[in-house]
Amino acid sequence: MYAQMIKSAGTGVKSPEEMTPEERRFQAHVDANEKVEPKDWMPDDYRATLIRQIGQHAQSEIDGQLPEGNWITRAPTLERKAILLAKVQDEAGHGLYLYCAAETLGISRDELTEDLLSGKMKYSSIFNYPTLNWADIGAVGWLVDGAAIMNQVPLQRTSYGPYSRAMIRICKEESFHQRQGYDIMMKMAQGTEAQKRMAQDALNRLWFPSLMMFGPSDKESVHSAQSMAWKIKINTNDELRQKFVDQTVPQAEYLGLTVPDETLKWNEERGHYDFAEPDWKEFFDVLKGNGPCNTDRLTARQEAWKEGKWVRDAMMAHARKKAAAKVAAE
Amino acid sequence: MSGQVQSGDAALFEFLCRLGDNTLVLGHRVSEWCGHAPVLEEDIALANTALDLIGQTQLWLGLAGEVEGKGRDADALAFLRDVWDFRSVLLTEVPNGDFGRTLMRQFLFDAWHSIYLGRLLKSSDKRVADIAEKASKEVAYHLERSADTVVALGDGTEESHQRMQAALAYLWPYVGEMFEGDAVDAAMVEAGVAPDPASLRAEYDALVGRVLADATLEMPEGRFAHKGGRDGRMHTEHLGHILTQMQWLQRAYPGASW
Repeated sequence: MYAQMIKSAGTGVKSPEEMTPEERRFQAHVDANEKVEPKDWMPDDYRATLIRQIGQHAQSEIDGQLPEGNWITRAPTLERKAILLAKVQDEAGHGLYLYCAAETLGISRDELTEDLLSGKMKYSSIFNYPTLNWADIGAVGWLVDGAAIMNQVPLQRTSYGPYSRAMIRICKEESFHQRQGYDIMMKMAQGTEAQKRMAQDALNRLWFPSLMMFGPSDKESVHSAQSMAWKIKINTNDELRQKFVDQTVPQAEYLGLTVPDETLKWNEERGHYDFAEPDWKEFFDVLKGNGPCNTDRLTARQEAWKEGKWVRDAMMAHARKKAAAKVAAE
Repeated sequence: MSGQVQSGDAALFEFLCRLGDNTLVLGHRVSEWCGHAPVLEEDIALANTALDLIGQTQLWLGLAGEVEGKGRDADALAFLRDVWDFRSVLLTEVPNGDFGRTLMRQFLFDAWHSIYLGRLLKSSDKRVADIAEKASKEVAYHLERSADTVVALGDGTEESHQRMQAALAYLWPYVGEMFEGDAVDAAMVEAGVAPDPASLRAEYDALVGRVLADATLEMPEGRFAHKGGRDGRMHTEHLGHILTQMQWLQRAYPGASW
């Protein structure tokens, strides 16, 4: 899940009596599983909530380049290097589609970029954790992309058309990334003692941060209820987290790795695994800017933007000159 | 070694290492930009360029290993040779500098690369011609993009113009090495595998001259050339640091499969 703790604008789900006629028509449209398109009428709060959600997702894709980029120059084989480059390129491409989807809601890319750089617009907490050994690149694909897919597959059916279409494209690539990540984990888990140690170390560090990606329980949240009524959120955080754990634990067992949770146990009655919640205090610390890498990640983005200003200015100046020359020639 | 007369396969091996090491080292440099470009489209374009270059490296060094016949594959050549066995031109090794210098270096390399690969399409060695065919399609795009960027940044603002002129001044002395010839090249010419590098200079100067003129940049007059990369005699200090990073896992955990 690349969007966490999205507060819906407004005060919660309205009853049909509280809605204006336009709102009633809109809700009926959404309830009938019809898509909302950019030129359709939509409640201001729907628009604002979607901008937050898509914006946060876009920022996460862009910031996600950094922890993975951290290993491109050190990838152990040419093939692994090429796969990682292609993956990071895909992530930046996802950022681009999502920016385009957000732009259809009336916010510009520059505004979104400024919000990211000022720290106003968040990105997923997961990218504030470091990638310390090569198996982390496997674990990021397996766990982080795995958790993202868990959330994004249902979002292919989201009510907002441009977001839904972006998700369909993104999900295809993410599943590919997840398989590539698992493939790295297989090599590591079947490799030398040192490689096995790297794989276990990566799982130890990334397991709970991956569970945090779904956000804290939101079954009582009015924001979540509103987002679900609008179909910009399809499942609760707990449902998705459970599904992720149920899917991932057997994969870890297959690798011969130990999930770092002593309480983890199959619950026959529920038909699900019981598992420990992550440390939510740590999660809120990360959101506040106190994760291991928050400062470095944000500084890297700010510096890239600042140092790139002359390039962007020059590109614009050149484009203006070319356009002027074209007009003069006509 | 490259100064001596060589047997066919030894010269072919050297020649292939030159091609593969250029793309490997430049691909590494370009990949260092990941996540730090001035705008998202450039992040994507830089990653894409690096990806193409690494893909070409797999082909060139893969063939080099085959020709050598000692059981080394592309990875063994990339990750387990030391500086003195690398055959990359110095231009590919120099640090990225700002975005302008990175794109100027890319352009100066792409212009040579596209002309050289164009000649390799007619190589007497079909394996070489096949790789050149695949690579030249990618490189045509690299050249289009780097040339467009050089023009935009050269022409753009006063600041960008100055930065691009400074980048050109820094990089120009590294251009000449791409047109140096030695016994390896002579053997390749003789066998009809590859052209004499010096024979490409006029076409290169014409191409670069056109783009620099559009970019309102002045082509430096000097012809001084730093040399020593393509024959391994004297690389830059930078290459050792690149290899320290690139080869670390393979060196620290020998024999592991990744």
